[in-house]
Amino acid sequence: MASSRTAGLAALAAVVALLPLALVNNYHYEVAILVGLNAIVCVGLNLLIGYAGQISLGHAGFFGLGAYGSAILTARYGWPPLAALLAATLAVALLALAIGRPILRLRGHYLAMATLGMGVIISIVITTEDRYTGGPDGMSVPPLTLAGVALTGERPWYWVVGVLLVLAVWLARNLIDSPHGRALRALHGSEVAAEVGGIDSARHKVRVFVISAVYAAVAGSLAAHYAGFITPAKVTFFHSIELVTMVVFGGMASTFGAVVGAAVLTTLPQALTVFKEYEMVVFGGVMMLTMIFMPKGLVPTLAALAARLGKAP
Amino acid sequence: MSAQFLQFLLAGLTIGAIYALVALGFSIIYNASQVINFAQGEFVMVGGMCTVWLGNAGWPLPAAIAAAVLLAALLGLALERFAVEPARGASVVTLIIITIGASILLRGLATLVWDKKIHALKPFSGEAPIQIGGATLLPQSLWVLGVTLVVVLLLSWFFGRTLLGKALLATSHNRLAAQLVGISVRRVLLVAFSLSAALGAVAGILIAPITFTAWDVGVMLGLKGFAAAILGGMGSGPGAVVGGLALGIIEAMGAGYLSSAYKDALAFVIILAVLFFMPNGLLGRRSVDRV
Repeated sequence: MASSRTAGLAALAAVVALLPLALVNNYHYEVAILVGLNAIVCVGLNLLIGYAGQISLGHAGFFGLGAYGSAILTARYGWPPLAALLAATLAVALLALAIGRPILRLRGHYLAMATLGMGVIISIVITTEDRYTGGPDGMSVPPLTLAGVALTGERPWYWVVGVLLVLAVWLARNLIDSPHGRALRALHGSEVAAEVGGIDSARHKVRVFVISAVYAAVAGSLAAHYAGFITPAKVTFFHSIELVTMVVFGGMASTFGAVVGAAVLTTLPQALTVFKEYEMVVFGGVMMLTMIFMPKGLVPTLAALAARLGKAP
Repeated sequence: MSAQFLQFLLAGLTIGAIYALVALGFSIIYNASQVINFAQGEFVMVGGMCTVWLGNAGWPLPAAIAAAVLLAALLGLALERFAVEPARGASVVTLIIITIGASILLRGLATLVWDKKIHALKPFSGEAPIQIGGATLLPQSLWVLGVTLVVVLLLSWFFGRTLLGKALLATSHNRLAAQLVGISVRRVLLVAFSLSAALGAVAGILIAPITFTAWDVGVMLGLKGFAAAILGGMGSGPGAVVGGLALGIIEAMGAGYLSSAYKDALAFVIILAVLFFMPNGLLGRRSVDRV
């Protein structure tokens, strides 16, 4: 078990380290950075959806709160960016803690609807309070500074996001292999049975909800600083759906599946900008076909296929 | 009763009737198949956009309306046959993503087949506002309320008195038992989806003269119709109607007396409140889970 865990992590680190050899221009780097940021959110979201078996259709809300929190504190109040990031993330964690308990008492489509509602409310508040947030047009964000040095340019950001992604995956894998992670998998299987076995399912569900929210908020803050700009488009229901699709497409209950899903579904629209008009049709089609024919997601389906081929005489 | 209150009430009832129709569509599909059809709002959009397009192409209004409703019904059929049926037995998350994918696909097709502009449909019987007790009412609102009433009555006749309608109800109560008495569940599902799609299309056509129509009107209308269905109790027909009207009125009152900027948020705040305190909605049955 431990060796496969470190093997996967080492593979990811190798990919991050060697990918720049294949990236030719700034645009490629930009796509890679976007993939990395989405992947961080997806790794956290996968803990909630894949391992704990819950669902959230509102995680773009946490992403947006992290982004706008950093943006407002640095741009309007002159906070140092790292302090702003920590403060925004803390605020999101507290919000997730407060909402988590009542929301996670719900199941199935009720839970989906509640998280959807939460996400939409956050999105509407952000769009309406334009005195702070710049409204529908968004607002500009000063660059991230580390010890007084501003972080600008594609290449430095690539390394920052790459390292953080590996860190995020490592933390997630640690969590999954811990008693907390096993408790999550138990309550995914059957909440009642897990409770009978002594697991406080509410506490675990809220904890993983908060963790996934923190992942999203950190990624949001970074995304805002990287782009130098943030708009409410990143806080919409549609973005929440994109995130869930990345997780489910890549493979639920597979951390690397979440990364793969983020990679594929972030680069797909970029590759499709040539066919800008068909983007929605293709995206919707991909979502439907994947869920109908590969309901377990890409990575687990491929893994199962590989296992079967390995067993064939 | 002040004129302003009456104005808000009438506006609320009008949009509430639309929410009720959309909510009925959600409930019918949910009852038959346990699926939440996130593409329901897109049927509303198809109804309005198709009617506008055919109208502009020279079709007389009644023909355009009939064709639009028929198109929506066919799309509903296709959705069930090609997207929901192959994934039967899949988890809740999977089915939600499938229907959301379908809604994105339909929106994309709408931008390709039609366009991304906002369109107006001509009101059915003129634009001269009617004065009632100090408040003004558009003639189109009367159409909305009247047609909704007729539709609700037709549906209760359908479910209560026809064999097909009773088969739908039976399937919603217990699918296995329905199959055992010879009901074709496949056919019931197809009917449920196309009926819901038709309801959505009717709603879209009715409201298009008032709120205009475009490729993306389905998103908010669908979500609010879903909210109304949950408010009234998911799976309950009368609940869908009550929930829709209630949501419309609360929204209009909130926009009028509190803040019109947060009008849309109000629906979702209500949803959260209902889900936290009354998950079965106003009229829903208390559901029991098997362990």
